[in-house]
Amino acid sequence: MAAHGDAEVKPTHVGKKKIVAKRYWDDSTEKKGREGREKEQKKEEHDEQKNTLEGGMPYVKRKKGEDGRKKGISGKMDPFPGPAPISKEKLKKFKRGGNKKMSSGTRGRLKDSLSRAEVASNLAQNQAARYDLLLPEDAGFLEGDEDEDTCTIMQEDIADAVDITSGSKYFNLSLSQFGPYRVDYTRNGRHLLLGGRRGHVVCIDWQSKQLKCEMNVMETVNDVKWLHSEAMYAVAQKKWLYIYDSSGIELHCIRKFNDVLRLQFLPYHFLLATASATGFLQYLDVSVGKEVAAICTKAGRLDVMALNPQNATVHLGHPTGTVTLWSPNQKEPLVKMLCHKGGVRSIAVDKTGTYMVTSGLDRKLKVFDIRTFQPLKSYFLPAGASCLSLSQRGLLCASTGNIVQVYQDVCNTPVKKPYMTHRVRGSVYGAQFCPFEDVLGVGHAEGFTSMIVPGAGEPNFDGLDANPYRSVKQRQEWEVKALLEKVQPELIGLDPGQLGWSGTKTKYRHWDSTLLLR
Amino acid sequence: MKVKVLCRNPDDYVRETTKDIQRVPRNYDPSLHPFEVPREFTRALNATKLERVFAKPFLASLDGHRDGVNCMAKHPTSLATLLSGSCDGEVKMWNLTNRECTRTLQAHEGFVRGMCARFCGTSFFTVGDDKTIKQWKMEAPSYGEEEEPLNTILGKAVYTGIDHHWKEGIFATCGQQVDIWDEQKSSPIRTFSWGVDSFSSVRFNPVETHLLASCASDRSIVLYDMREATPLKKVIMKLRSNTLCWNPMEAFHFTCANEDYNLYTFDMRRLDAPKIVHMDHVSAVLDLDYCPTGTEFVSASFDKTVRIFPKDQGRSREVYHTKRMQHVICVKWSSDSKYILTGSDEMNIRLWKAKASEKLGVLSQREKAALDYSEKLKEKFQHHPQVRRIARHRHLPKAVYSLSKELHVMKEARRRKERNVRKHSKPGSVPVVTEKEKHVVTVVK
Repeated sequence: MAAHGDAEVKPTHVGKKKIVAKRYWDDSTEKKGREGREKEQKKEEHDEQKNTLEGGMPYVKRKKGEDGRKKGISGKMDPFPGPAPISKEKLKKFKRGGNKKMSSGTRGRLKDSLSRAEVASNLAQNQAARYDLLLPEDAGFLEGDEDEDTCTIMQEDIADAVDITSGSKYFNLSLSQFGPYRVDYTRNGRHLLLGGRRGHVVCIDWQSKQLKCEMNVMETVNDVKWLHSEAMYAVAQKKWLYIYDSSGIELHCIRKFNDVLRLQFLPYHFLLATASATGFLQYLDVSVGKEVAAICTKAGRLDVMALNPQNATVHLGHPTGTVTLWSPNQKEPLVKMLCHKGGVRSIAVDKTGTYMVTSGLDRKLKVFDIRTFQPLKSYFLPAGASCLSLSQRGLLCASTGNIVQVYQDVCNTPVKKPYMTHRVRGSVYGAQFCPFEDVLGVGHAEGFTSMIVPGAGEPNFDGLDANPYRSVKQRQEWEVKALLEKVQPELIGLDPGQLGWSGTKTKYRHWDSTLLLR
Repeated sequence: MKVKVLCRNPDDYVRETTKDIQRVPRNYDPSLHPFEVPREFTRALNATKLERVFAKPFLASLDGHRDGVNCMAKHPTSLATLLSGSCDGEVKMWNLTNRECTRTLQAHEGFVRGMCARFCGTSFFTVGDDKTIKQWKMEAPSYGEEEEPLNTILGKAVYTGIDHHWKEGIFATCGQQVDIWDEQKSSPIRTFSWGVDSFSSVRFNPVETHLLASCASDRSIVLYDMREATPLKKVIMKLRSNTLCWNPMEAFHFTCANEDYNLYTFDMRRLDAPKIVHMDHVSAVLDLDYCPTGTEFVSASFDKTVRIFPKDQGRSREVYHTKRMQHVICVKWSSDSKYILTGSDEMNIRLWKAKASEKLGVLSQREKAALDYSEKLKEKFQHHPQVRRIARHRHLPKAVYSLSKELHVMKEARRRKERNVRKHSKPGSVPVVTEKEKHVVTVVK
């Protein structure tokens, strides 16, 4: 029944070499004597060192005792002396900044402090990489039998094969009256917000299937979005932007934001970015209720919008086939790139802010590297993709009509066929992967479908950032902390780490200061 | 078909009972923590702002003297005890924990010019305008006993300063000459004079205990070795130095408080130019004292402010003032390096925190960790203009503020004039004199 047991466990190298502790009542030990045992251990040590070197682990220089090994109090040798080796990939994952060499002119106190900072950052990197071993959960996966495609596996079969709790994550809500639906999950993946085009707004604790509130705003609903927590959400209605609390009480009607079509929320900046039918990109600071920026994009109706989670720039897609990148500090786009021959239908940006996936009216699906703004891959989909979404582990959901397709590894390897497919009853209007769960929420004309997509969600969450199991008290504390360290909108740019660079004195500034002296 | 779907057991993530602390699983993957630098910067900015919010350095004022406080002495073994001498010849002993005077004695007629405690803390010495050196017991006399000095030495001239040897029963006084005394004898064991008519202060080196230095009225600082018959060397400066203080950690460094508003840190091996010129005061500097860790010192000035300088920086990191504090005559840094004591003209002794925003009392482990973290963040972003502006801002009394501006204008004018002179004269005929070289006239050996 349980899926966990099915996974094959590979014996680790630790288990192979481990020898059973010798006991004093063991006859063979007495016969062999002390010399024999030591010899055996020495041989083993030799083997082990060879293994680590072959395995590509960084070679750790070991402290040597009298006979080359450190002895414990009991006289037994330590079979794994020194710190455990860390693989290079893991170290790379936690690497911060580049390998900057100190210039040869650096000396004295500066050199001292720089080298000390480097030692500290190396230590932090090693410790974080080591901690990776202790993470409790593993990611999900789906493998077909021989000559069985994973994309032919039905949702019902998956739901039957996995345990009851996971199986209950596949469900349909048939809401045919007010569809099609837009979907949004909270940052910790606990709550779900549905907005029907004809005014139906629902918020649910979807795991316990508890309905928090349900109402009809009696107006067209263009988009819905949770704000920083599950206590508040924004609804873009026919004319104005509204903010409701989780019990459905209208908190604000913001008349500065009209004809809003798409919403995005920047959680670390407490900014709600809106794209409107009049071509305005507006930012609302939800912590103080102030409009931070209103940018006239001069690009007509804006109904394609995505957020880069790594640097908080907003990506807008236009009918001309261009994608523009925006920050609230600049009236012009940061970047303008031509992506498609037809209009852009949908954009998705991955968690690390490295890749952007776009789909256009030319029925192409393209992958871009947004550090270099280069196209990486281009796929042709017969019907084109209307709705794109990327999961935390890089799975791409592309929906064409009423078919939802999930692709694996679109960005790096050329993909031939989908990882999973599912046919929903109505045409898809909104899709989003649930954070920290193997679930894809699809809003369509006939309601809402929650699909199980194994391997979509990040298995290990960070309790201080987005904790699905947090209590009310923890949420309140987190809210205060998050508000205290709210990042100012001025700091939004293409490179969020720019603030950490040490500036060099430019020629101009030097000239300036000498002018002051004169 | 093989399938595994993420399924977490809530028991692993939720605390078992309400008495437990909450479980917080961590994942340090950088992609789960975006905006690392901007968030750290925001934290650093908040920490800097909070530091300024909590900067309330003034702790207490000890009143009781009936004339200006002229000198103070720390107790060598008890942190809570302080001795102070005033201009009417009265010496008071204070308990700093209770903030009250524990003992009062009329030590001299006229000013108490200087005082110091014996290294063991059993007695202390005072010198006064009545040309006497008196040794007093640290304990108060028992009931019915009269307050009497252990020992009185009648000198020929007025003594202006006294300091005790850090390890032996020897002390030094200064007045018309510098005398070294044995505690057991009534005449000095050694007398130094170098064509100077009066000295204002004398200090023993706390590390190289045979060395001592004194400030003379002919604008010189004279160094002595107690074992030799003649002084070692002296440096003559542009203006007179009032007091000096040895760095307790670096035996060869001392700092002197000068009449020209500056403090100078000298290396005693190279007296031809000070190592660092500490500028910020806008009037004569009257006294200074080093932090026991030797990293910072505090200076008291005639401009009614107290400033704290890092030993290796030219500008002060902190300035303390109150509306009621007049010319600060003497200053001491407490032996636990946490407090500063100032004695001023208007008869009060004030107790300050050495770190203005430090929280006093016992800190919990988490508090300590949070403080360490914010300290590190502040250090990381200290050069960012937004952070630096907040961290550097201090409110100054209007007089001090305008005077410092005026001094700046004067200095700029002098610099401009010198530059113009250099521009219009033969190259090399008007050499560039650095700020350090400017203030030293000559070194005599």
